[in-house]
Amino acid sequence: MKRPAIFVRAAGAEPRGSSVQVVPPSGFTARLTVFSAAAMAFLAVFALALLLTSGRVAQSWGGELTRSATVRVSAPAGQMAAQVAAVLAVLETTPGVAAARALDAAEMQALLGPWLGAELPLATLPLPRLIEITETGAGPDVEGLRLRLQAEAPGAVFDDHARWRGPLVAAATRLKLLGLVAVGLIGAATAAMISLAAQAALAANGQVIRVLRLVGARDVFIARAFVRRFTLRALAGAALGTAAGMAAVAALPTLDATGAVLTAPGFVGPEWALPLAVPPLAALVAWAATRSAALVMLRGIR
Amino acid sequence: MIELQSVAMRYAGRELFSDVSLTLAAGTFHFLTGPSGAGKTSFLKLCYAELMASAGQLLVFGQEARTMQRDDVARMRRRIGVVHQDCQFLDHLTLAQNVALPLTVAGRAVNSDELRELLSWVGLSAQAEALPAQLSGGERQRAALARAVIQSPEFILADEPTGNLDWEMSLRLLALLVELNKMGKSVLIATHDLNLIRTAKAQVPARVLRIQNQRLQVAGADL
Repeated sequence: MKRPAIFVRAAGAEPRGSSVQVVPPSGFTARLTVFSAAAMAFLAVFALALLLTSGRVAQSWGGELTRSATVRVSAPAGQMAAQVAAVLAVLETTPGVAAARALDAAEMQALLGPWLGAELPLATLPLPRLIEITETGAGPDVEGLRLRLQAEAPGAVFDDHARWRGPLVAAATRLKLLGLVAVGLIGAATAAMISLAAQAALAANGQVIRVLRLVGARDVFIARAFVRRFTLRALAGAALGTAAGMAAVAALPTLDATGAVLTAPGFVGPEWALPLAVPPLAALVAWAATRSAALVMLRGIR
Repeated sequence: MIELQSVAMRYAGRELFSDVSLTLAAGTFHFLTGPSGAGKTSFLKLCYAELMASAGQLLVFGQEARTMQRDDVARMRRRIGVVHQDCQFLDHLTLAQNVALPLTVAGRAVNSDELRELLSWVGLSAQAEALPAQLSGGERQRAALARAVIQSPEFILADEPTGNLDWEMSLRLLALLVELNKMGKSVLIATHDLNLIRTAKAQVPARVLRIQNQRLQVAGADL
């Protein structure tokens, strides 16, 4: 009998073999992985939007309110102009004050309109005058300024917005922290779900793994077969979820009148590029989770 | 090549054999016999480190099986072709892909002409694209043998390789194993088939090992 050539061929290193898929296609784990990755990516996009929005709010509120202050002048109608002029004079010579100006009637109307109505006859009401101050970086000596104002214009009250600024900045910072936590939790949940799906697939393919070990497959080869599959599924699912998430964020309503106080929810300008990092990150998480699950399980099969 | 020194083996809470010292040298041909449940399959599994000895020392290609790293076990199994009694395959791959699996996992190229020739050698050319579920018991055993020898291993372990074959096909498979042995490969066949042993002994200087009463004995020449 003629010997098959395959027996007489010298064993040794040869070019890479075929790309036969040694792991059989598995229906439910595939769908579970794609769905989990898509859902998590969708949530991750929203968490990212929350994180960036709250960051902008914190920066906006902290920055703008820190650099501004207000002097409210309450005085009888006959003395109002004199007291406003006195306050402006004091402010002009106060170190730490970059600019100061009294709000005119139109600006007062715009401020009070939303609360008291656009037709409000401001001239007939004994309203205080507001003086807006823009501070330099260091800001004025608040206590010294208050004393000087008390001396020059007894009806003037200096407000550095500290009452408002603290809680607002704290709330925005807390929101930013929550966004970060949410992103972290979503990453961990993604890893957990993909690990479970990978473990289910590995358990369902116990015989496949035993046969592969029997014919001399190294753990890395077997793990790679599963890891490649789950990584690609996670990438595909996360791409779908990210696209849906970005579309949903883009469809969020914009803020009109309140926009000056809050900020547009979602992504602004180059921030739109950030969600594009979600699919590769999800794939990376899937790669690490599946590899770890596979290597742990393989240790139980000699 | 495979050396057992005072090896004992326990399985499912009972001792199968003990104090076994034996060397299966390169180029030898051995049969392993014994009653059902005596531990023939376990002995074979011991030889390719799927099971561990409960006592003693087992050296495979000079390496102590117990201390082998997992990658060492994989590399060792590429040098040993195993024909399992239950002939496990990957059910989603064709017969040809299953036979070529040892090359695939080793990252070696599969030469389709050589693969076709090997399948022809075991009489499975027509079934190359069939799935394992579509094969008969005898076809599965021949496919398992083809898979075991495709890497041209140094050692071939076969567990009842002719159990599901008719006599003509059994002789054909024996001829393959004898041929491989003449090429310098070691062969160890666990079998109940005394006719097969007698036929083989007429062609090669085969030794017969027998597990009985928890001891491994070299059987007499009267088989």
